[in-house]
Amino acid sequence: MRKFDTQVQHLKYKVLREVARHAWAGDLLTNVGDIPKTIIPGQEPSMRCCVYKERAILGERVKLAMGGDAKKPNVIEVIDIACDECPVGGYEVTEACRGCIAHRCQDVCPRDAISFDHNQKAWIDKTKCIECGKCAQVCPFSAIANNKRPCEKACQIKAISMSENKTASIDNNKCTACGACVYQCPFGAIMDKSYILDVINMLKNAQESDQRVYAVVAPSISSQFTYARLGQVISGIKKLGFFHVVEAALGADMTAWEESSELAEKGFLLSSCCPSFVSYVKTEFPQLADSISHNLSPMAEIARYIKKTSEQAQVVFIGPCTAKKMELQQPQVRPWVDSVITFEELQALFDSADINICDLKDDVLDNASFYGRIFARSGGLSDAVAQAVKEHNIDFELKPVVCDGIEACRIALLKASKGRADGNFIEGMACTGGCIGGAGCLTHGPKDKSQVDKYGQEAYEKTISDAISVLELPQTDTLTR
Amino acid sequence: MKITVCIGSSCHLKGSRQVVEQLKELITAHGLEEDVELSGTFCMGKCEQGVSATLDDQQFSLSPENTKEFFEKNIRGVLAAK
Repeated sequence: MRKFDTQVQHLKYKVLREVARHAWAGDLLTNVGDIPKTIIPGQEPSMRCCVYKERAILGERVKLAMGGDAKKPNVIEVIDIACDECPVGGYEVTEACRGCIAHRCQDVCPRDAISFDHNQKAWIDKTKCIECGKCAQVCPFSAIANNKRPCEKACQIKAISMSENKTASIDNNKCTACGACVYQCPFGAIMDKSYILDVINMLKNAQESDQRVYAVVAPSISSQFTYARLGQVISGIKKLGFFHVVEAALGADMTAWEESSELAEKGFLLSSCCPSFVSYVKTEFPQLADSISHNLSPMAEIARYIKKTSEQAQVVFIGPCTAKKMELQQPQVRPWVDSVITFEELQALFDSADINICDLKDDVLDNASFYGRIFARSGGLSDAVAQAVKEHNIDFELKPVVCDGIEACRIALLKASKGRADGNFIEGMACTGGCIGGAGCLTHGPKDKSQVDKYGQEAYEKTISDAISVLELPQTDTLTR
Repeated sequence: MKITVCIGSSCHLKGSRQVVEQLKELITAHGLEEDVELSGTFCMGKCEQGVSATLDDQQFSLSPENTKEFFEKNIRGVLAAK
């Protein structure tokens, strides 16, 4: 049973679980200081130089698990004392260089940056090197290493650099909150703020009032909690105190439907589902911002429907995404979505309430069509918009540009900004593979995509128009809060 | 009159879409758009009795098979008696 990809995630999970456990019991404020010692009880360090440093770092993790510093605008934060200040040298020749006579590294270098010392060992002139990595690829001894920080490597939009005190530093004006650095930092020195306390408070209040807390779950859940069945996960969510669970994929059906008409009307469109992509376009390609679809994201779309049709509703989105925590703060989303948590945080909530989902009976989750469900993987949104164009009977030839990961988005946007787009609909997904590659996932694996497709095929509704027909009741529009 | 049909997962799998479609058609066919308001909501907490529906404050258990009968008796019948 593999619950997480890395030990860093496991450590973060333990902190979230302990914070949640005390929050349920109502004694968090009295016990918050003891949490680091509960998790690291002994005197022998297992991660850092001493247990005291380990506990000090855990103390910082506890703060972020409790929502972090509200004065800091970004939902992603560097824990300075946890940063190991990794080397930043870029491509460097290591001891493994044997001083061979083939000199493939020199031949392949496009900038003539490699020369050899009196021992015939290679040396890279940093003033010439462009970090292309070709020398490292051809060295038969793998003697050239890329000493680039994992966080900087993960952040393809270059929002991370080294601060004056050598720790990692995030440029909040550039950061899109995708969480790639959170997942990639081998020391767990970058973390997303958690809103589990807000969610626990909502669930506790709901027990004593008419409030009903709805969970909106992302379709990427189909590749998660693989140690149990999806029906058991749904039962677990309800056992936590949620009144009902709704598929965000139904919101995706609504979004695909609306976006297809908008596209036909405007002739060129950028998708609005991925909050990191939207934020990236606004910062780096402001001239294209008008082409971003005006439709709400699937999360906000379905949340709005729930709030318009159910009294006393509160909505919590549960997904793979750290950027949704940033989307939550947007004025057009704030009225509909009350909080956002990740799958990692959901696992911590289950265990904090001693819910073993493997012991539970299956509940059902079925609102959306095949097309809404496959939004979870790269290419799914384009497939859904193509289907919506067909079902709408719109005379429009869709030419999608599927961008898998933020670097692909950058290239497509660059072309579009010069009027040379490869198509008329840019599907932008910041995470590689789409939402299943999100930083808030418990696990990432090669089977994720096929699991999403399988989950799509299991949907009761086969077409988008059938799935959304129940939402298009004539009177629902008049129901406003 | 206001009919609200549950469109939560459990009722959806028991045919709430078909129930809604039938009701929409019946309301239009009898020209009752002004008299009957139809809406949907997620979960009424009575999943075992789905498809759950309420007519004003009354609770009903519908299915695609009994929707027409429900409409005739509880909607047309009641409206005619008024």
